[in-house]
Amino acid sequence: MEGDQDQSRLLQNQLQQALGEGRALRIAGGDSKRFYGNRVDGEILSTRQHRGIIAYEPSELVLTARAGTPLRDIEAAVAASGQMLGFEPPHFGAGATLGGAVASGLSGPRRAYSGALRDFVLGAKVLNGRGEILQFGGQVMKNVAGYDIARLMAGSLGCLGVILEVSLKLLPRPEAEQTLCFALNSRAAAAKANRLLTQAVPLSGACYSDGQLFIRLSGAGETLARCAQTLGGDGGDSDIWAAVKEQTGDFFSASDLPLWRLSVPPATDPAALSAAAAAATLWDWGGALHWIKTRLAADEMRAIAATAGGHATLFRSAQAPGDGVFQPLLPGLKKIHGNLKQAMDPHRLLNPGRMYADF
Amino acid sequence: MSYKYDPQLDGEIRPVSRPVLLQSLTAVIPAAAILHSEEQLKPYECDGLSAYRVTPMLVVLPETVEQTGAVLKVCHRLKVPVVARGAGTGLSGGALPLQQGVLLVLSKLNEILHIDLENRTAVVQPGVRNLAISEAVAPHGLYYAPDPSSQIACSIGGNVAENAGGVHCLKYGLTVHNILKLNMLTIEGELLTIGSDAFDTPGFDLPALVTGSEGMLGIIVEITVKLLPRPQAAKVLMGVFDDVQKAGNAVGAIIAGGILPAGLEMMDNLAIRAAEDFIQAGYPREAEAILLCELDGIAEDVDSGVEKVGGILRDAGATETRIARDENQRKLFWAGRKSAFPAVGRLYPDYYCMDGTIPRRQLAAVLHAMGELSAQYQLPIANVFHAGDGNLHPLILFDANKPGELEKAEALGGKILQLCIEAGGTITGEHGVGREKINHMCLQFNTEEIRQFHAVKRAFDREQLLNPGKNIPTLARCAEFGAMHVHNGELPFPELERF
Ligand SMILES: Cc1cc2nc3c(=O)[nH]c(=O)nc-3n(C[C@H](O)[C@H](O)[C@H](O)COP(=O)(O)OP(=O)(O)OC[C@H]3O[C@@H](n4cnc5c(N)ncnc54)[C@H](O)[C@@H]3O)c2cc1C
Repeated sequence: MEGDQDQSRLLQNQLQQALGEGRALRIAGGDSKRFYGNRVDGEILSTRQHRGIIAYEPSELVLTARAGTPLRDIEAAVAASGQMLGFEPPHFGAGATLGGAVASGLSGPRRAYSGALRDFVLGAKVLNGRGEILQFGGQVMKNVAGYDIARLMAGSLGCLGVILEVSLKLLPRPEAEQTLCFALNSRAAAAKANRLLTQAVPLSGACYSDGQLFIRLSGAGETLARCAQTLGGDGGDSDIWAAVKEQTGDFFSASDLPLWRLSVPPATDPAALSAAAAAATLWDWGGALHWIKTRLAADEMRAIAATAGGHATLFRSAQAPGDGVFQPLLPGLKKIHGNLKQAMDPHRLLNPGRMYADF
Repeated sequence: MSYKYDPQLDGEIRPVSRPVLLQSLTAVIPAAAILHSEEQLKPYECDGLSAYRVTPMLVVLPETVEQTGAVLKVCHRLKVPVVARGAGTGLSGGALPLQQGVLLVLSKLNEILHIDLENRTAVVQPGVRNLAISEAVAPHGLYYAPDPSSQIACSIGGNVAENAGGVHCLKYGLTVHNILKLNMLTIEGELLTIGSDAFDTPGFDLPALVTGSEGMLGIIVEITVKLLPRPQAAKVLMGVFDDVQKAGNAVGAIIAGGILPAGLEMMDNLAIRAAEDFIQAGYPREAEAILLCELDGIAEDVDSGVEKVGGILRDAGATETRIARDENQRKLFWAGRKSAFPAVGRLYPDYYCMDGTIPRRQLAAVLHAMGELSAQYQLPIANVFHAGDGNLHPLILFDANKPGELEKAEALGGKILQLCIEAGGTITGEHGVGREKINHMCLQFNTEEIRQFHAVKRAFDREQLLNPGKNIPTLARCAEFGAMHVHNGELPFPELERF
């Protein structure tokens, strides 16, 4: 495609120069997810021009592309061959890139049914904090040679290395999709979404907002028609999935209160969560992901999430808590994280502090 | 290669006095949990790769997590290397003991601690057998998806350590996709919980890193696995071929047809006949290859899928397609596949199982090239493998009692692995590097990459006490092995351009 180019050497040079001069780097693709994580200052290392799909063989269900490739282009390319990214990544902006999606590790509504972004990572080319270009994993479905550093890059927020290239497993696109809608209270809705998983229903989404449960079915047209008939409910607007994924619906735009993300076990009682937080929640992933807008203190939100067996992230807010937006790690884990940072980026060059203050 | 630990190539191990170690261990765990006499140690001298044998200094069989932690603390204090072992079915010598080390056997930690029906998870100890999990949750209509052929024997801890796969992993993922949370003891004896009961966890994705790490980063003592509801329907289809390459091409055609089979396995003539002689699965003995394709899900979708796959198989040149007529025959079709290794094992005194993975489109070419190698080395190769994943399992047949045959088999195996790398694949899809493929790692990774692996290892185990000599070669070893590192696309051998 026009504009495709390999800038790995350039990026490597910039990193080596920063390394020599002891300057921190802030890695940016489309910068669409700059709001996510703790604030990082530093010279920008832009992966944006390092772009292009390198290999895409539909019969392999594998795509390899450079980090700066727009997510949009990738989704269009695979859709043209009847395939899709099974984790339905949020873009949060027109310029979202593949590298940014992988580094942030976020997945959309389909995550609860076909897997998270990290589940689809097969391989990665990485520029580590010593300025070395390294290749881990590959383009095949199974690979246990060496530690799975490629998958470790998913969600590492650029703190372990600059992602240069990624190979992803793809899924066949379902023949058809249908959205159904049920007026239920939150608890009944979660119970229903949970129950549907054990029934012969091709579920690919279950979210809840403002008194309504939305169910998405994906599969053969006839199957969907049959399931829709047995399930009842009303026809729902399929735009809900994009709105939940991209946070464009009313729930997200109605106020500028801090937005919390609570990731909890799927069978968590949603009513108990919103009672504890004294706020309505919009939930996704069949009840395993809750969005809550509240001014409650970080400690309280974390305690609520921990009690449910999960964790809380301050996803969007004007101000971050003193100890950062992510739930603090226990000492043993914190030590391992510090050691891993040391192993991949010993001079703390890359996105320092974006995930946790110490690294 | 010589599989014995070599201090020059694998790193020095500080000698420790056995009586001192024995005494220190007896202070923290019951004497009955420590094996030290010659006849007690004997059964533990090898894992599933029985050509490699080393008697460990001591074997320890803790019965609780606390005891396991206490053993690790002692070993860490005395700087004694620790090799973990689950059921010992591993095929790459990952659980091969060290003469100067403790073999930490986790088979007595074998309880299913909790089944959570609402969240569809089970919390199990590492020594629980893979199949035991599915059996325990079957009354609730649930199962644990990864199903290695060794599932009646292998432990879930060993599965995590190897990122084990199985015939149903094409659709349902490998071990790494089917676990949520791990409790792991560090070499210092500290208990860490990585992952969580939620779908994600703050921080780095440590479950991804630890899964498949072959006992090099920590000792896994508790695993939370995901359980799946049994699909409403499952059907298996057999495609019969008079040519191996046609079968290889049919695999790509099925995937390209937008079908995601629950399992897609291939067997060649040698494997077919061996399995047939062994358990009478109803395979056509004269076929050059068969493909077993399972579809599962909603009954109507399965039926239409079976029809579609049947068409694709015939278009790809299948001489015949058979659909298992009922659940019994379906099980029988799979039983033949699952018992293929032992069945082939009856044909020859020894077999050597390889595990390379390649892009599916290379299947036909690589199978052909393997046939040529087999003729050249004059050793038969039986193929029975996870075709849908491109994960090959060539079984090289030989007789270790004939002088030079083991070496010849190993050399042939090495050639096959090289073939896999050159085809854009990897030296191991699911059996792990272990001790067996330690040299071949130098082919797949360059110096900086190997150094990065060692740095990651040190993040968990600074003194390199966990399973030394396995998984990641030292740079000294790579230099000695003199291997040329080949990366995808940059093929050093022009004659291999057919890939
Ligand atoms: C006939 C046969 C068929 C097979 N089929 C398959 C197959 O289809 N798919 C597949 O993936 N494999 C297969 N295997 C290989 C083997 O069964 C798997 O690798 C299995 O996961 C090993 O489990 P185990 O309990 O026997 O582990 P072991 O062999 O005891 O150990 C394997 C490795 O894991 C480490 N380890 C074990 N337990 C722990 C623990 N608790 N914590 C940390 N490290 C630990 C050991 O140190 C070693 O490195 C097969 C083997 C045989 C013999």
